[in-house]
This record gives sequence, structure tokens and C-alpha cells, in this order.
Amino acid sequence: MNAFFRGLCCACALVVALPANAAIKVLATTSDWGSLVTELGGDKVNVYTATSPLQDVHRVDAKPSLVARARTADLIVATGAELEIGWLPVLLQESGNSKIQPGAPGYFEIASALRLLDIPTAVDRSMGDVHPLGNPHVQLDPRNIAAAAKALSARLAQIDAPNAAYYQQRGADFQARWQQAMTRWAAQAATLKDVPVVVIHKDQAYLIHWLGMKELAAIEPKPGVPPSAGYLAGLVSKLGATPPKMILRNAYNDPKASDWLAERVKAPVVLLPFSVGGTPEAKDLFGLFDDTLRRLQAAAK
Amino acid sequence: MGYLSRIIGPVAIAVMVAPATGQAADDIETLRAEIAALKAEYAQRVTALEARIDQLETTAAVAAAAPVEPPPPAPSTPARTSSAFNPAISVILAGNYADLSQDPGDFHFAGFMPSGGEIGPGERSFNLGESEVTFAASVDPYFTAALTVALSSEGEIGVEEAFARTTSLPAGFSAKGGRFFSGFGYLNEIHAHAWDFVDQPLVYQAFYGGQYAQDGVQVKWLAPTDLFLEFGAETGNGGEFPGTRLGRNGLNGTTLFTHVGGDLGDSIGWRAGLSWVDMDAEGRVYEDVDSVGNAVVNSFTGSTETWIADATFKWTPASSTRRQAFKLQAEYMRRTEDGSLAYDVAGAGLSDSYRSEQDGWYVQGVYQFNPRWRFGVRYDELDPGSTRIGLVQSGDLLASDFPLLLPASPSRITTMIDFSPSEFSRLRAQYAWDDSRDAETDRQLLLQYIYALGAHGAHKF
Repeated sequence: MNAFFRGLCCACALVVALPANAAIKVLATTSDWGSLVTELGGDKVNVYTATSPLQDVHRVDAKPSLVARARTADLIVATGAELEIGWLPVLLQESGNSKIQPGAPGYFEIASALRLLDIPTAVDRSMGDVHPLGNPHVQLDPRNIAAAAKALSARLAQIDAPNAAYYQQRGADFQARWQQAMTRWAAQAATLKDVPVVVIHKDQAYLIHWLGMKELAAIEPKPGVPPSAGYLAGLVSKLGATPPKMILRNAYNDPKASDWLAERVKAPVVLLPFSVGGTPEAKDLFGLFDDTLRRLQAAAK
Repeated sequence: MGYLSRIIGPVAIAVMVAPATGQAADDIETLRAEIAALKAEYAQRVTALEARIDQLETTAAVAAAAPVEPPPPAPSTPARTSSAFNPAISVILAGNYADLSQDPGDFHFAGFMPSGGEIGPGERSFNLGESEVTFAASVDPYFTAALTVALSSEGEIGVEEAFARTTSLPAGFSAKGGRFFSGFGYLNEIHAHAWDFVDQPLVYQAFYGGQYAQDGVQVKWLAPTDLFLEFGAETGNGGEFPGTRLGRNGLNGTTLFTHVGGDLGDSIGWRAGLSWVDMDAEGRVYEDVDSVGNAVVNSFTGSTETWIADATFKWTPASSTRRQAFKLQAEYMRRTEDGSLAYDVAGAGLSDSYRSEQDGWYVQGVYQFNPRWRFGVRYDELDPGSTRIGLVQSGDLLASDFPLLLPASPSRITTMIDFSPSEFSRLRAQYAWDDSRDAETDRQLLLQYIYALGAHGAHKF
């Protein structure tokens, strides 16, 4: 009995003592935010990424494994702007974890730190998958990453106050490296200005805006609506007069439609990683932009 | 500009001073040479400067195209106060067209006491289904709440769910109270518009009249482990089949359930569960026809206990751009009812013991072969097991006085194909061979539509 009691006390003490040493647990909805948290949190964070870069983040199942991760998370890092609306609310609701509910410090939306593009003045579902709060595919503008990193560093310091100085220092280090990389990317980007492109979905809006490329058309007639044969035929004749230099395809997109169009308008399809891990070269956020620009430049020559 | 004046200055002075002094030719030659050297040097410098200016201009243009400073967040607009707190509203419209080879009026499960709920394929021809309206919002920092009302085609309003749920209990606990679909099994909690077939499996129809709505409270606890491990307990008034309200204070029924789940590799998510539902019935009546053709009303009083096992696998390839998916799910239920059965309560009023052990199960697979198209197959079976009716064993009555309880083995095969133009609309065709009645097979063709309006709902696994 005595031994059992002592054992129980030890077990309790262990359970109580554990959180003090353990890294904070972060559940990131996408590989981009997983990568960003790793950059900013180093070995003080333990990151779990909910989706793979080849999945459509808008359509993900609220899998039991994800509910279990939400249960133990200290921080959720989501894109926000309703990108994860089909599954994240279920995770939050089923998690029984009050730390990560919207409004709590443990709930962080990247979009809250950014100015979003494409905010519609009127919304109606007849327009397809419109996002009333603005375009949520924010990761392909490095300026957004810098702004998000700043806000996220502050949030990490808030929820893990004993390590605030560590996050501050890591955040400053990341910003310095990022600014350096951005100067390099800006120089590379100069050659891509005004290059006419065709996109599949509206999810490259930030990339196009940042690089100053010219979006001639989208393969989806409305966001999330697959093109009909008639629409594609119209697209081919429209692009005959003003041919695009390239067709942008994200790693997660089905290649069928872009390949079909590429053959008819005689423009190459450029596969872009879209998210960290979308291509083998896009190992982290730096790699994501290096690889994206490398692929675009190769096609623009 | 500063550089240019510095270049022009000395050159101009040299040029002006030279003739005025009238020095020797040697001197002039030297001067010329010096000036030439100066000219060459400054020309070089100017070229270098021009190159630098050009470079600066290019950089400035690039910088203008891509300012290094991040854009500031959008200024927040004040929320409109009158409507800002309105709950999110979503509306589901559904309906079907039915072509049935047997008269739906005499639908029943041979061998099973009628559940009195939503059983069978519904009526023939075009049917407006239940229109569902859901309101949901946070109540305050501690609760969220939701109300789902169902409007029938006849204009009746039913409260499908109306509950509040906690958001801030510590240590992985959450509680809800009100009317809610019980958390046992897999399908019970899922609303009709999210079903993979038009109707519920036979076992749900026979054992719960479709779905069991608890009027009561539920407490759940989720273990802090990487493996999904959830425990839940419920109690309530027991007012729905197979229970009844009891003519006294207190609660009727205990529901306990546990679910465990996780991933198999990157692409398969799974969940399995075991549930136990125990409640009492007091004067639970049903209508039958006795051996000579008189309509009688019989009544069961006693305990009813059900074990439910469920398992679901979902394959959604994480490393493929083809939006395919496959879902396999199965549930098994076993029910024991023990008590007394009264025969013809309004007339003969005979009563004796009753005990039945019955089970049923289904297995279904749904394959999404294209982002918008799915194909599914389901097999259903009910086993009437063993039923001991005291009045029959004692010889007071004949087994044929309880025709609905005569042993039979209902089964059904269902196939379906559905097309979802978007997340918010679905059109479905379903064909079933239904042997629920101990008679000829009912061949059922159902064409269904489902439309979702308003707030974007999130679906459970």
C-alpha cells in the first residue's frame, strides 16, 4: 500500500513536472506554417502539421488523429480567412481544449496579421468558392511571411513567457535572414514583371501581385468550379490572340486541365511547389521561394 | 550633380586662364596634356557614375514593384451592432422521388417490435423531405449553442436538436445538455444530409427508429494522447424508443461509449468504438393484428440493453493530386429486452414475461472516383435471434397472435451513385433490394436532392 502510494506520488509529480521542461506543442494547419513555427520556435516547440502539401487544405477530413493532436496542443496556427472552415471548427469543438479556442492566446490566424487581397464587395455562392474575408492563399508573397512571422513571434513569446527572450532573438534572426533573401528574390523577380500567365485557381493571386505578373485568365471559370468543355474552348480562342508565356500549376492541382490547355496554346506548364514540401526542393520557406522563382525564371527565358 | 560641377569647374577655369596668361608653347602643351588627362579621367568617372545611376534606378524600380516593407493589416471596420451577434444560419433542403415495387404503407421489420420512428423508404412519387434550419452561435465565453428545427412537408415543426455545449472546461472535458443526437455508434450523431445513402441502415431503423435523440446531458473526456481516445456518458429522460418516459422523478437510462482512432500511414484515418445503452420502458405500446384478424395494442414493460460496435476507415491519398477517397464503415448492434409483454391492453389484458435477444449489422463502402462523383454499396441484415413470449409458452396464446414477432431475417442490398456539383449541392440515385418484410422483395428506386444554404458547415470524420 505504502509502496503503491509512493509510486502514485512519483507518477503525479512526474506528470506535473513534465510541462515545465517540455517544448510547447503547436498544431499547424499547413506545411508552410509548420515550417514558420519551426523557424521561430526552434527546439522550444514541437510542431505537428495537419495536412500534406499535396492536399487541398479547403477539403480535409477532421480525422481522429487530428482531434487528438488538437487536444494536447498549446497553440494552433491556422491560415484563417475561412480556408480551414470545413474541418478546423470540428477539431476545436471535439478537442475539449479551452486553450486553443478562437479568442484564446493559443489560437493564431496568420491572416489576422495581413492585408488580404480580393476582398469581395458582395458575396453569393453563385460566384463559386468566394471567400468573404479575402483570398486566404497568402503564403506566396514573402512580405506576408515577414509580417506573419512578426506577429507569430510575439504570440509564441506570449504563450511561453519564460522563453520570450529566446523567441525574440530567433524572430529577429529570422527577419534578418528573410530580408536578405527578399532582396535577392526582388532582384530575380525583376525579369518576371509583366510576364503574362494563366492560372488554375485564384490561389496564386499573392505570387502574381508580388511579382507584378499579368494574369490573363484562370482555368476555373469561377473559384472552385471545374471548367466545362465550352469554357475551355472559349479560353483557347481568347488566348490565341494574347498567348500566355506560361501556365502556372500548383503541386496539389490535378495536371489534366493545365496540360490540355498547354498543348493548345503552346505555352509550358510551370509546376510550382505552392507550399513547403510541394516539390523536393521546397524543403522550407526559403526553399519554397527559391524554387518557385527558379522555376518561373527558367520558363520565362 | 555635385560631381558634375566639380568636373566642369576646373576644366572651365583652366580653359579661361590659359589664353589670358599667354605662356610658352611648352607650357600650353603641358596644359593641353594635363587637360586631356583630366578629360579622360573625368569621362571615365562620368561613365562609372552613369552606370551607378542606372543601377540605382533599376533597383529603385524593383523596390517600387516589390516594397520590402510588409503591407499593413487592413483597418478593422466596426461591427454592425444590431446584427453582429446574430447566430450563423444554415438551411438544408431535401426531397426525393420514389418508385417502390411494394406498398410502403405496410412496411415493417418482420420479427421486430416496431420502433415507431422513421422506417422504410417513405412514400411513392415525389416527396418533399424535411427542411432543416440550424442556428448556431457562442452563448458567452463558456458555452456555444445550436438549434436545429425540422419542417415536415405537412408543415409540422420538430426540434431535432437544441443543445448548449461547454467550451472552457479544463483537462479535456466537455459537456452538453438539451436535446442532441446521442454519441453512441458512428452514424447516430450524423445529420441526414451528410449520410452516404438516402436512408439509415435497417439496424438503426429497427433499433432506434432512425436516430436516437437524447433529452438529457452528456459528458465527454478526451485523453491527452496522440492516439484518439474518447470516453462519454449520457443520461436523460429515456423518452425515445426503445425507452419511454417513466411515471416518476429521476432519469431513465445510461449510455456509455468509447471511441479510439488514429492514422494508418499518411492516407488512412480510422475510428472504432464500443457503446452500451441501457434504459427502461414502461408501457411501450405497439399495434399488431391477432391470429383471427382483430387489431390489438400490445405493451412492453422492462429493461432494454444494447451493445454497439462500430468501425470506420477512410482512405484519402495524401500524396496524390487525384481527389479520390474510399470510406468503409460497419456497425453491429445487439439488444436484450427483458420484462413483461401485455397482450391487447384495451381488451383481454393478458400479461406474462418477455425476453428477446436480437441483433443486426451493416457494412458499407463508398468510393469517390472523381472529385464530384461517388459510388456506394451497402449490405444490411437483421437477425431476430431468440424471443420468448411467456403468453405463448404458457399456452394462453398462439405465436400467430403476435405476427410481427414471428421470426424472420430482414436484409437489404443498396447501391447508390451521387454527384456533387459543389460542396453545397448533391444529387443522388439509389437502388435497393429490400427484404425487410417477410414477403416479396421491395425494389426501391430513390432519386434524391440535397441543397445547403447559408453558413458553411463543418463535417465530422
